[in-house]
Amino acid sequence: MHFPYLSFMTFFPLVGMLIIGLMPSHRADCIKKVALFTTLPPLVAAIGLLMHFDKANAGLQLFEGPYAWIPAFHIQYYMGVDGLSLVMLLLTALVCPICILASWGIEKSPKGYFALFLLLDSAMMGVFSSLDFFLFYVFWEVMLLPMYFLIGIWGGPRREYAAVKFFLYTLLGSVLMLLVMLAFYFYSDGNTFNLVTLANQQTHLGPLKGEHFRHLCWLGLFIGFAIKIPAFPFHTWLPDAHVEAPTAISVILAAVLLKMGIYGILRICYPILPDATVHFGTLMAVIGVINIVYGALCAMAQKDFKKLIAYSSISHMGFCLLGMSSFTPEGLNGTVLQMFNHGTITAQLFLLVGVIYDRAHHRDLEGFGGMAQIMPRYSAMTAFAFFAALGLPGLSGFVSEVLCFLGGFRSFPIITVISVSGVVLTAAYMLWTYQRVFLGQVNEKYKAFSDITARELTTLIPLVIIVVVLGVYPSYILDLMNPTLVALGKTLTDLKIAGL
Amino acid sequence: MATLQSYLMVTAILFGLGLFVVTTRRNAVGVLMGVELILNAASINFVAFAHFRGNDVAGNMFSIFIIVLAAAEAAVALALVISLFRQFGTIDVEEATTLKG
Amino acid sequence: MLNMVWLVPILPLIGAFLNGGYSFSGKKLVRPLVHTIACGAILGSFLVTLLTFIHFLGLPSEERSVTVTLFSWLNLTNVKADVAFLIDPLSLVMMMIITGVGSVIHIYSIGYMSHEKSYARYFAYLNLFCFAMLCLVMGSNLLILFVGWEGVGLCSYLLIGFWFHEKKNAVAGMKAFLVNRVGDFAFICGTMLLLWSLVSVGQGTVTYTELKGAVHLLTNQTVMGFPVLTVVTLLFFIGATGKSAQIPLYVWLPDAMAGPTPVSALIHAATMVTAGVYMIARLNFMYSLAPDTMNVVATVGYATAIFAASIGFTQNDIKKVLAYSTVSQLGFMFGAVGVGAYTAGVFHLMTHAFFKACLFLGSGSVIHAMSGEQDMRKMGGLKDHLPITYKTFLLATVAIAGIFPFAGFFSKDEILWHTFNKEPVLWCVGVLAALGTAIYMLRLVAMTFFGACRADEKTKHHIHESPATMTIPLIILAFLSVCGGLLGIPEALGHLVGWEHSNLLESWLEPVFAGPHHEVEAGHTMEYLLMIFSLGVALGGCYLGYTLYTRRQDIPERFVRRFPRLHRLVENKYYVDEIYQKFIVDNLLRLNQWLALFDQKVIDGIVNLTGSITKVGAFISGWFDRVFVDGLVNLSANLTLQGGRGLRLAQTGRIQDYLYVVVAISLLILFWRFS
Repeated sequence: MHFPYLSFMTFFPLVGMLIIGLMPSHRADCIKKVALFTTLPPLVAAIGLLMHFDKANAGLQLFEGPYAWIPAFHIQYYMGVDGLSLVMLLLTALVCPICILASWGIEKSPKGYFALFLLLDSAMMGVFSSLDFFLFYVFWEVMLLPMYFLIGIWGGPRREYAAVKFFLYTLLGSVLMLLVMLAFYFYSDGNTFNLVTLANQQTHLGPLKGEHFRHLCWLGLFIGFAIKIPAFPFHTWLPDAHVEAPTAISVILAAVLLKMGIYGILRICYPILPDATVHFGTLMAVIGVINIVYGALCAMAQKDFKKLIAYSSISHMGFCLLGMSSFTPEGLNGTVLQMFNHGTITAQLFLLVGVIYDRAHHRDLEGFGGMAQIMPRYSAMTAFAFFAALGLPGLSGFVSEVLCFLGGFRSFPIITVISVSGVVLTAAYMLWTYQRVFLGQVNEKYKAFSDITARELTTLIPLVIIVVVLGVYPSYILDLMNPTLVALGKTLTDLKIAGL
Repeated sequence: MATLQSYLMVTAILFGLGLFVVTTRRNAVGVLMGVELILNAASINFVAFAHFRGNDVAGNMFSIFIIVLAAAEAAVALALVISLFRQFGTIDVEEATTLKG
Repeated sequence: MLNMVWLVPILPLIGAFLNGGYSFSGKKLVRPLVHTIACGAILGSFLVTLLTFIHFLGLPSEERSVTVTLFSWLNLTNVKADVAFLIDPLSLVMMMIITGVGSVIHIYSIGYMSHEKSYARYFAYLNLFCFAMLCLVMGSNLLILFVGWEGVGLCSYLLIGFWFHEKKNAVAGMKAFLVNRVGDFAFICGTMLLLWSLVSVGQGTVTYTELKGAVHLLTNQTVMGFPVLTVVTLLFFIGATGKSAQIPLYVWLPDAMAGPTPVSALIHAATMVTAGVYMIARLNFMYSLAPDTMNVVATVGYATAIFAASIGFTQNDIKKVLAYSTVSQLGFMFGAVGVGAYTAGVFHLMTHAFFKACLFLGSGSVIHAMSGEQDMRKMGGLKDHLPITYKTFLLATVAIAGIFPFAGFFSKDEILWHTFNKEPVLWCVGVLAALGTAIYMLRLVAMTFFGACRADEKTKHHIHESPATMTIPLIILAFLSVCGGLLGIPEALGHLVGWEHSNLLESWLEPVFAGPHHEVEAGHTMEYLLMIFSLGVALGGCYLGYTLYTRRQDIPERFVRRFPRLHRLVENKYYVDEIYQKFIVDNLLRLNQWLALFDQKVIDGIVNLTGSITKVGAFISGWFDRVFVDGLVNLSANLTLQGGRGLRLAQTGRIQDYLYVVVAISLLILFWRFS
């Protein structure tokens, strides 16, 4: 019996939340420290998980359960990891403490903020480790609640609009997911929510036998997840949510929440409905290329710094869609690596925008200029993040982008060639932004700005190190997930070949 | 020979007078007096019926009962009238319309 | 020795890291510390390269190819790439150029940048560039090459925009990076196509040594009706046109002159821009199998050579002239590799690195002396003030013009000779470009060093020869410009003095470019004739250039007056920048705006419309609920209320009224009962 890493990572933040709940609300410093120290043990546990994880094993492992949770409906408490979820858990465990540090400046009722944040942390961990659809769904929904309040209370001027939009949009997706979940439950052998059983069953029952119904189910799930990714045309909640959310929430939104869409597709659609997945492969690739090119072009036209990065996220998540639609080992590895890399890189970008917003109280790209002379260190960090985001070789983003392209090219050469133009467009908007904000004439208004502080640097440095290390030595993560993804890709490729 | 009809005529007139007094007098004490007339009319009826039914004791019993009741009623009613006077400064029943809906 | 070769790129990286950290920390600047680290790093890697070279000299030629693997970078099902260095004669030549010329330019920078505030940042970038460039040439596979390829692009961006407080410089850097990215786009596509084509024949690889044995399998493969190899090599070539500033992607290089002059010398003349030539030379086994691509390469190369040379005539900025000259010389190199003369291409690459670096550094020295003035119309007569600069500059000019026995003569002549054998038409273009080169270079020298000084008094007063840290590099490079050609004396000339195998470079590079030689041996007589002819052209060009821009300045002026339109067209660089701006950039920006609006109004509009429709629906159902459903409930309550209100009228409070009612009802009952 091993240490229950997954349950620990999932529920430990709740302990912190309870402690914060019991603390007097005027002890803001104490609350922050408690929050920080609650997110650290899961990080340690994540490293423990990494040590314990058997890289050679392609399947799920380190199971906890299945324990009966609601026996009447065969609902189980069942957790486990494979290469895919391990990477996501690592990312979540890493980003959470950074976000707490980035929230140090929160003044409006810190008690509520940090308590909600820890609830969010717990739910995210739960999503990535659940192996029971019902459990997954519960965590998925629990996640919405703190997010809604975190945007709706601590957000910018249009926070209510953004929070409601986010909430309703995601809820719409959840409803579709719920329907499909029930279809799976009722038309499975022995009525189960267990994802492993569902994936392993050879025959479908009831309406699920029909190809059209399976396709419908797949689409239902896909829309649910696509909203989260967010995939064109379900993406418009993201810029609003990002613009209004406080810095740390933007970070967590971009770094972890967006990944859940792709994760859900890979965890649920791919293994349970492989034939429908193959059928809709081209659709995913097309949406992927639209995301890449369209997101990049829209980004270029933005005037708001955060909105620009939000659109760049849309563009970067397109690489994931393209890579995963290819079903090749390269594409799938690229996808998951891109998820991780996008998490670390975009987190930096949002943290950096937060830095300047804290000082200037606006994010208008045209309103700065020459910041590199006023804040040289800050500019250096931003340049690093920008180049990482535009896929400079030697940094992690390049590896994942190239793998997505390489994988995509095998299955969809033309679509991939169009997507590759994204690298030009990304460079264009990133560098243009950099030039407008940091280079050129100094804006006299901001001459007195202080450079980046030690605390702000502390939030960035771990991410910088990861970006460099994974750019130089990507095998470190690729080895973790490669067996899982090769196995997943093989099933689908075989099906695809059989279908042809 | 006095017949039952003549008794009944008298009591009917008496009752009519009493009712007239009760409905027309504005003075509360006057109203009370009217009530007494009505009671007496009833009382005489009882006694007359008792006599013509062969000295039935029950009729006489009732008339005595009514006399007692009338005394008690008068006492309570006068007390009410006094209370009314204290409250409104008058014993005019037209003025006491607090129960108006 | 070979197990230390990884030090070659790593040393500059460490240097970059130290100086970068130093600059980042914001500590007080100690200049000697900074340049000791930077120069030490690059000199160290030059030393290691030299030792490796000596080690290689001792090996038999077939053993001169070693792969040094550091670790596995990507190890997936179909894509396997190691972080590994391929050390062979070609990469060694490149390493020697990069570390050698790099060291010289590092030393020069000490003097040139001595007043710069961001001294540590400058040297960090310079070291980082050397690292990336060394990765590019040393990498054993296409992916590592690409890492270096983009890495040098980054450094180029950083260094062009080094003085970023001027928007012009920042924009120039951005332009360079973006134009290069367009090339990289093609490069990535080419890599993908190559890899998957090879996978489909069971030989998936991106490593040169394996590619060499595998590409012939692709000769009969097609993609969309075109031979795969032609498409792949063309895509790579498009990548090369970006990096090496060829038509149509050359536009960034002239603007790149916004960077500090040593940077122009190192990156935009000697090393980075030659990466495309290196890449084609490295993949010669693939290009040789794609004759159509070769024709395109040669044609584009010579077209660029003449095109850029013509612009060189009209420029007045000393660095811009050199920039167009670089574009033109790069055209020669592509012409060379395009006709299959890889050795000649690499030879010209090397000699060009020497004399063009010398010219750029010389121009830097001039600019330094002129207090930052770059306009040649305000120079003149500097030869007495700057004797060393003048002499070295003149030697390099003679070398680039192609006068015997300077370096440019040998390399250019070898190129033209091979071109003549393959494509006489292109040879004519090449000769014309060579003539042009000689003329505009002499124009440059004449305007800068001869005649009377046209500078204002203040500047004039300040003119001084540069310090030793700047002049010694000039002398070294001038020496190399003079003697560098001796490494590739054509056999025909060697024959005269009884020296077989006189072309040292060719025999050195032979293992890399070994393959069937298609060239027709036209006999030495023809070669001598051509040699004499091109020497005559060079001399004539020099004379013409010198005369036209010193004694007979009226002739070019009259020419300009006679053909004003032509002059304006050339002076404005054929309006290529404007065309790109108008047709590509502006349209792209318009598209962005349009799409952003579309996103906001249509896509988000639909979302908000859905929201609004829901809201209207909710309003309607709310209205119905309020009016009808709730109305019914209220109605019953109201009825009761109204009823009560009516009934209460009966309740007068007058005791006698009640009595009337009692009496009336009693009477009614009686009446009803007894009637």
